[in-house]
Amino acid sequence: MTAPPEAPEAVTERRLHPVTPFRRAWAPVAVLAGWAVHDLDQAQRQLARLTTTTLLLGLAVLIPAAALYGFLTWWFTHYSVTDTELRIRTGLFFRRTAHLRLERIQAVDVTQPLLARVAGVAKLRLDVVGTDKKDELAFLGAGEARSLRAELLARAAGIAPEAAAGVGEAPARHLLRVPPGVLAVSLLLTGATWGTLLAAVAVPALLWPATHSLWTVLATAVPVAGAAGARSVGRFVGEYDWTLAESPDGLRIDRGLLDRTHETVPPGRVQTVRIVEPLLWRRRGWVRVELDVAGSANSVLLPVAPRAIAESVVARVLPGAAVPPHAALSRPPRRAGRRVPLWWRGYGLAVTPEVFAARHGLLRRSLTLVPHAKVQSVRLTRGPWQRALGLADVRVDTGANRTVTARQRDAGEAARLLRDQAERSRTGRRDAGPDRWLAGG
Amino acid sequence: METGSPHDTGTTGTPAGGAEPVWTGLPRGLLRMRRMLLVVWTGLATVAAGVLPGLFAGPAWAAFALLPPAGLAWGWVMLERNWRSWRYAERADDLLLTRGVLWREETVVPYGRMQLVEVTSGPVERYFGLAGVQLHTAAAATDATIPGLDPAEAERLRDRLTELGEARSAGL
Repeated sequence: MTAPPEAPEAVTERRLHPVTPFRRAWAPVAVLAGWAVHDLDQAQRQLARLTTTTLLLGLAVLIPAAALYGFLTWWFTHYSVTDTELRIRTGLFFRRTAHLRLERIQAVDVTQPLLARVAGVAKLRLDVVGTDKKDELAFLGAGEARSLRAELLARAAGIAPEAAAGVGEAPARHLLRVPPGVLAVSLLLTGATWGTLLAAVAVPALLWPATHSLWTVLATAVPVAGAAGARSVGRFVGEYDWTLAESPDGLRIDRGLLDRTHETVPPGRVQTVRIVEPLLWRRRGWVRVELDVAGSANSVLLPVAPRAIAESVVARVLPGAAVPPHAALSRPPRRAGRRVPLWWRGYGLAVTPEVFAARHGLLRRSLTLVPHAKVQSVRLTRGPWQRALGLADVRVDTGANRTVTARQRDAGEAARLLRDQAERSRTGRRDAGPDRWLAGG
Repeated sequence: METGSPHDTGTTGTPAGGAEPVWTGLPRGLLRMRRMLLVVWTGLATVAAGVLPGLFAGPAWAAFALLPPAGLAWGWVMLERNWRSWRYAERADDLLLTRGVLWREETVVPYGRMQLVEVTSGPVERYFGLAGVQLHTAAAATDATIPGLDPAEAERLRDRLTELGEARSAGL
């Protein structure tokens, strides 16, 4: 499955898996089938009108044309890996050549939709800084996708090119697996699920006295309840069997019940980490960990885990950083309550030698950590009402287009924070790891 | 890479107030340009507010024409206050920028974080001999724009920022 070792000059071009032309073949069939099921009578009448000859003639034209198009697109799509780039050449009429710089790769995901799992193929998706959509190679053989991912990550990490081709999958050390039971319970305990369920009960209860029409009530209740169910079930299916492993390439995430996804988060690419603690999870001490990588915002690192375990995982993503405990977070001064009543109690801030950590949210607490080395700029903002109370906000901008705000701080403290944070992010950056994390030693 | 003198940056721990950096304001030409634009637009608005109601609703309604000049008087003062609030300072390792009267904002952009420095100048700005400098970092939220500068100063700033940015550059 793996490519032959490359000559130093010539670059071997490889093709996608031969199953690729069929990837969209099911679409017209599905449309036809859907139409036939939707309107059985009509379909039968139409079929009866068709004579065998027209049917055969139609098929004789359509099938070879579709097959030829599929074959040609497949034939003209090539990819190759050079020392510095991944090149993708594609397009039958409109040629497109994409050169992806390996050191700019933020993450490589291998995904296997259900049908692809049956066929034994996989999709390779690449996150590169500065591109909106993910470039993807679909489909590759499952084994080939894995070895290509390993090769890309090895080259991005700076391993010598000769060694990179045969380096294979880096050994992974299993960290943790989220049990399905815990995942199910955690989804049941989210406020959004209960909110929609409550709406599904409350709306019909209000409608019934008003209309006394069973159909109206059902027509409103069923979609609302369905939405609540679909959201929870969708998340359950997507986050089922969430496994986290550690390897030299970074953290590996394997997940999914029907569609399997294998993601890798390379070290040093994480811009912010968010630890979210919904109200109903607090008694069990569970948290959810989300992270932002430049190029793709808002991905989940851990759907649910006990706080201690989550903190140890965060320490691996942000090397050397410890999650400040709730007691270590300093609250805004009491007078902030006149600017933001009640909710000011949820605000908090802690600055450790490694991270800038700001918390917000009273019921659903969310603590965001930014390593000093990832800070792009620091801003201090004050509105008129804040100035009257001697308060200010400090905003820290990161490369993942997320701004972390320390809200309603004392004005003097905020001004000091602004100066010190600029200084910290400057020195923090100097000590930060190189882009090619293995070559740097 | 230790080009930043420790004495400059060592003072950052002192309570702020902007005493230690050398602040530069914007040239007076920017205020003149904004006031001229204000006069032109309020002039047009006065004519429209006077003529249209006067023609269609009766002469008394032409009193609406008094509103835009009132706005002009207010804007005349506001523009000056806003113009005064814009200041920037180049420190050893970062650029400071403050602006705003009621909603005050102070931005610190480390030189090593700059991805791109742009100098822009529209036709009206060119007439008044002005050019704007805009800094981009990898974060889109960083809005570090200096709207109107002397073109020579803008180019000096651009070159200096680019040079410092290269010297202190770091990855994402």
